[in-house]
Amino acid sequence: MDPLLSGDIGFAEILIVLIKVLIAFAGLMVGVMLMVWFERKLVADMQNRIGPNRAGPFGILQTLADGIKLFFKEELSPAKSDPFVYRLAPFLALVPAFLVFSVIPIAGNFSGDNTGVVTIAGHETLMQVADPQIGILLVLAMSSIAVYGIMLAGWASGSKYPLLGSVRASAQMVSYEAALGLSIATVLLLAGALSTNLIVNEQAGGRWNLWMTGLVPFVVFLIAATAELNRPPFDLVEAEQELVGGFHTEYTALRFAMFFLAEFMNVVTMSAVIVTLFLGGPNGPLFGITGWVSDYLLPSIYFFGKLFILLFVFVWFRATLPRFRYDQLMDLGWKLLIPLSLGWFLLVATVQVSQDQGWNPIVVVTSVVVIGVLGASLLRLSIRTGNFRRTEESEEAEDSHMSPKDPGGVR
Amino acid sequence: MTTTEDIPQITDLDSLDGAIARLVADNSVLHLSQSEAEERSGYQAPTADGMGERMIMNMGPQHPSTHGVLRIVLELEGEVIIRSKPIIGYLHTGMEKTGEELSYLQGPTNVTRMDYASPLFTELAFALAVEQLLGIEVPERARWIRMLMCEANRISSHMLFMATNGMDLGAVSMMLYGWREREEVLRFLELVTGLRMNHNYIRPGGVAADLPDGWKGSLQRAIDPLPERLDEFDILMTGQPIWRERLQGVGVITAEECLTLGVTGPILRSTGYAWDLRKDMPYLHYDELDFDVLVGSYGDCFDRYAIRLNEIRESIGMIRQIVDRMPGGDYKIQDKKVTPPPRARIDESMEALIHHFKIFTEGFKVPAGETYAAVESPRGELGVYIVSDGSARPHRMHVRAPSFINLQSMPHMMRNSLLADTVAIVSSVDPIMGEVDR
Repeated sequence: MDPLLSGDIGFAEILIVLIKVLIAFAGLMVGVMLMVWFERKLVADMQNRIGPNRAGPFGILQTLADGIKLFFKEELSPAKSDPFVYRLAPFLALVPAFLVFSVIPIAGNFSGDNTGVVTIAGHETLMQVADPQIGILLVLAMSSIAVYGIMLAGWASGSKYPLLGSVRASAQMVSYEAALGLSIATVLLLAGALSTNLIVNEQAGGRWNLWMTGLVPFVVFLIAATAELNRPPFDLVEAEQELVGGFHTEYTALRFAMFFLAEFMNVVTMSAVIVTLFLGGPNGPLFGITGWVSDYLLPSIYFFGKLFILLFVFVWFRATLPRFRYDQLMDLGWKLLIPLSLGWFLLVATVQVSQDQGWNPIVVVTSVVVIGVLGASLLRLSIRTGNFRRTEESEEAEDSHMSPKDPGGVR
Repeated sequence: MTTTEDIPQITDLDSLDGAIARLVADNSVLHLSQSEAEERSGYQAPTADGMGERMIMNMGPQHPSTHGVLRIVLELEGEVIIRSKPIIGYLHTGMEKTGEELSYLQGPTNVTRMDYASPLFTELAFALAVEQLLGIEVPERARWIRMLMCEANRISSHMLFMATNGMDLGAVSMMLYGWREREEVLRFLELVTGLRMNHNYIRPGGVAADLPDGWKGSLQRAIDPLPERLDEFDILMTGQPIWRERLQGVGVITAEECLTLGVTGPILRSTGYAWDLRKDMPYLHYDELDFDVLVGSYGDCFDRYAIRLNEIRESIGMIRQIVDRMPGGDYKIQDKKVTPPPRARIDESMEALIHHFKIFTEGFKVPAGETYAAVESPRGELGVYIVSDGSARPHRMHVRAPSFINLQSMPHMMRNSLLADTVAIVSSVDPIMGEVDR
């Protein structure tokens, strides 16, 4: 809970919240603008191209120029579209993208007994727009709402390619939400709280969840987040080579710009969520300095540094990996990531309980590993049996399909 | 990947019956009408109360990955393709008919525009056909130059495939890398022919111009970095698990089905049937070169990708051999009735002036007869069939365009695959729509 809101709420408190909202909004907009530029420039570098270099120094204003262009273009809507839903969908995509960022702590001193509380004009507060007790659940909820934006956009366009895109979107996002949630659950086991502030506080002093949870939830989360963001190699929803533009094929002008903005904003916010959950948020060595340097400067440098690395990773994925196919994506999600994150969740839970109860760690780990291997092989067996049955069935179907036909007269 | 040693040879024509049955069952039209094909395959059209879930989707002619203006009508059940039908003709300009209005000297200008990714091969097939009718032998140097240029063109064409195949599967960086290597080869072609595409370089009687000064250096600059870059492709693509997943087992076709449909080139070779005109019916001096015909074993998209990748390596080896053995001498036949005299001679000799004038106004006369000459283009057997009535223009001309014939295999390969596989299959057939529609 934000200490700012624990006492009486007067004009000053409201003003501080408003300023925080404004800064977060403006910062996010500028961040997205830079992210689009950064991605285009970096991908260009990786592909031996120059990339945007006309608008502003090093083409840094390219996104702004594109935005202005899209702003002045004509809004078209297809004849068969559902007008209300068609107009609603871009907002459903964009608004959640903004809201997620409100629970991300971007600065504050978490070292020692500090809990990230900073003092602004005599009022104690946290360096995040809001710190609701449901914290990380808000992130999950918002990313679920964002699915509606994409799904409804595809459905309401009244066109075939967007429809296929939205069908893919709903299946893909629902499946990867499970893996996403399970790897978050592992983090929550260690933190013991849902609040993002407490999760970051738990990781103070180098106890990052990245290694405290044993790396696996981080990897699962990174993959699931990439899928959740529709970023390559999981960009089936808008697969340009297959579905032309996927769900946004029929969108033009500002509405298209909103989807575009939402997509890149989601990349930034999801990276920020990963930093918060696994990389210790604004944590880092403060060298015993106190005051504004340790409250604002160093933590925000650490936060944005980590964010930058993750953004680089997302761009890197895009430049190197070919796209998954729909069924392969589902296989990866359901048959690998969900069992893996579920198994790892149980492992971490068992280790936690055994520490509380003082059980023999060697016995616990051995039995957990044995059960894990057993479970994994059972799962593998069932998957293989399923595959075998399916191929058998399809072969039978082929045979029955083939046999009554007489090829004799064809030649 | 195996080489020429263990080739399965299909001698028994009855084995093709099974392939025909399979193709018919998959609703490949062959020479049947559409309703006949539907009847034979037991196809049931979706009705309002029956299979109402089916959706007809038009892919193309304006679609990012149909390689130009190919249109495929897909009948989908969810994302699974029940039936597909390629529709062509959006680029039809009547080039074969136009060829009948152009003299034999103007012919290469026309045919070079068919397969714009490998224009030299169509020129070569045309020139070989005309030379067969004329009964002339081109000089040694011209033959070796033709081989050199064709192999360089094969590299640039396969690089184009690498680029588009990568792009179609979502590996967008690959597009730029493929384009980059292609650019180097095109630079060499430009140095020699003056143009980056539609060269009009190989003409009846030889080639248009001798290799310019410094061609060896330019060629080395284009060729030498390639083996290293191909190894990079291997790292980026061949060994990449997602890439293999996307291509292996996708678009499978057997050798019998290929032969039934007349499919040639990397698609036929991917089935393990080593058919390469450079080895099996050598033209120019391909029988003197040391190279392997690469075959696959599964007939899927991955084999076709791997074959093209390795054919680039083979072509590099062949180019090195050609450079070492390049003879001196004339680059075109010294027959004043067929090839125009050099510019300098026109000022000195009245006869040369007359020949020059006659060749460029009337063209040269070709004895009556008909002939067929085929070469192995990057896409398969590319043949030119010419009927001459003794005049300076072909009476009839037909081009056996491999892209067009390979396109027939798509409905069969696409059946029961996913929408994403369509893109991989179209890409692995590597059609050039200019050649398909002509």
